[in-house]
Amino acid sequence: MDGVHDMGGMHGFGKVEPEADEPVFHAEWEARCLALNRAMGAIGAWTIDEGRAGIEMLPPEIYLGSSYYGKWAQRLENMVVARGFAGADELAAGRAARPGRSMQRKLTVAEVPRTLTRGSFFRKATAPARFAVGESVRTRNIHPATHTRLPRYARGHVGVIEAIRGCHVFPDSVAIGAGENPQWLYTLLFEGRTLWGDSADPTLKVSIEAFEPYLEPTQP
Amino acid sequence: MTDDDDHSHHHEEHGSELSEMQLRVRALETVLAEKGYLDPAALDAMIEAYETRIGPHNGVRVVAKAWSDAAFKRALVEDATKAVQSFGLINRVGDHLIAVENTPTLHNIIVCTLCSCYPWEVLGLPPVWYKSAPYRSSAVNDPRGVLADFGLTLAPDMQIRVWDSTAETRFIVLPMRPAGTDGWSEEKLAALVTRDCMIGTGLPKQPNEIA
Repeated sequence: MDGVHDMGGMHGFGKVEPEADEPVFHAEWEARCLALNRAMGAIGAWTIDEGRAGIEMLPPEIYLGSSYYGKWAQRLENMVVARGFAGADELAAGRAARPGRSMQRKLTVAEVPRTLTRGSFFRKATAPARFAVGESVRTRNIHPATHTRLPRYARGHVGVIEAIRGCHVFPDSVAIGAGENPQWLYTLLFEGRTLWGDSADPTLKVSIEAFEPYLEPTQP
Repeated sequence: MTDDDDHSHHHEEHGSELSEMQLRVRALETVLAEKGYLDPAALDAMIEAYETRIGPHNGVRVVAKAWSDAAFKRALVEDATKAVQSFGLINRVGDHLIAVENTPTLHNIIVCTLCSCYPWEVLGLPPVWYKSAPYRSSAVNDPRGVLADFGLTLAPDMQIRVWDSTAETRFIVLPMRPAGTDGWSEEKLAALVTRDCMIGTGLPKQPNEIA
C-alpha cells in the first residue's frame, strides 16, 4: 500500500534527534503496550505481517501524529475489535462484558520464553530460485493497495542480486489472508544514482531484501 | 520490574491525571486478560526481559569476540545466525541474522524504511530515533546528512552501504576494531563497542575515550 509508512527518500521530516542515555521505555504504558501486542501475536491472534499491515492502515494523520507505541496501541484496538477478540464497547468500558474467543493458547508466564524466541521464516521451496547472484534484475513497477515490502523508492529500477537468502514466508500474501505462499528472498543492490539520480552521493549503494515476485528479468 | 521502577512510575503517573494512552492501554489489558487471552504476570515477565536480558549488551559481546577471535569473526560474517547461536549465554536469534563488516573503505548503515525492523535479539528494542520519520526517510538517500546529525563525518571517498531491512532478515554492523588496542582482552574491547556503531550511525569509541 502506498501509504505514509513507506518513507524511504521522503523530504521534510527534519533532523534525526538521538537521545542520550535513552531508557528502554519512556512510560510504563509503552511497556504494557509492547507486551500486549506481543501477547496477541504469541497466542496466534494474527501474524507479524497482518500486524504490520494493521499499522499501515492507520489514517495518515494518526500514523504521522502518534508516537511509536501510540500507533501500536491504536493498531491493537483496531485489530482486537475487527477480529472479534473484544468489542469496542468493552474497550470503552475497560471491562469485559462477554466471554472471549476460544483460543488454543493463552499467554502464561511459562509461555514467555517461547515468545522471546524469534521464529523462523524459512519455508520449503517448491521451485529453484529464478535469479542468480550477480544477475541484473529490475524491480517491478507495482502499486498494490494491500501490504507489500517493496518500497516505492525501489520500484522499477535495475539492481544486482548480491545474495540469495533462502525461501521465506511472503508477507504480501500472508497480510491478505492468502497463506504463506513462500518465495525466494534476495538481497538486491542498487547504485545510489539509479535510485536518486545524478545528484546522488556517488559513494552510496542501497540494498533491499526483495522477494522474487517483486523482480523481473531486465530483458523480456 | 524492581520496586525502584515502581516508585518512579508512581511518581510519573499519579502526580498528575492519567494520560489518555495510559487509560487506553490499561483498558486493553484489563479486557484482554478478563477474556482469558493472557495473564498480566506474563506481560510483567516479558517486560522484565526487554528491560534487562535483551539489549545491546548482547551485540557488544558478539562484536568484542569477533575482534579478538579471528575464527569467530570469519564464522560470524559467513553465517551470523549460526555463529551467534554457538556463542551461548544469549537467546536464540531466529534464523536470519546477518553481520555486515565495515572496512577501511566501506561503511555500513542499517535502516528499516517501511517500519522498524531491527535485530532485537542482539541490540534490544530500537531507540526512538531509529523508528522516527527523519531517520527512516533520509538514511537511504542522504546517509551523510544523517550521520552528521550524530556528529559523525566520514571521509568523502568512503563507500557507504545502506541496508534497508525490508524482510525478516536482520542486520548487525561489525565495526572495525579501533587502532591502539593490540593485546586487549575481549572484556576491555567490549567497552569500546556502542549500540550506534552496530547500527552504523556511530563508530566504536577510541581507546583514549575509556581511559
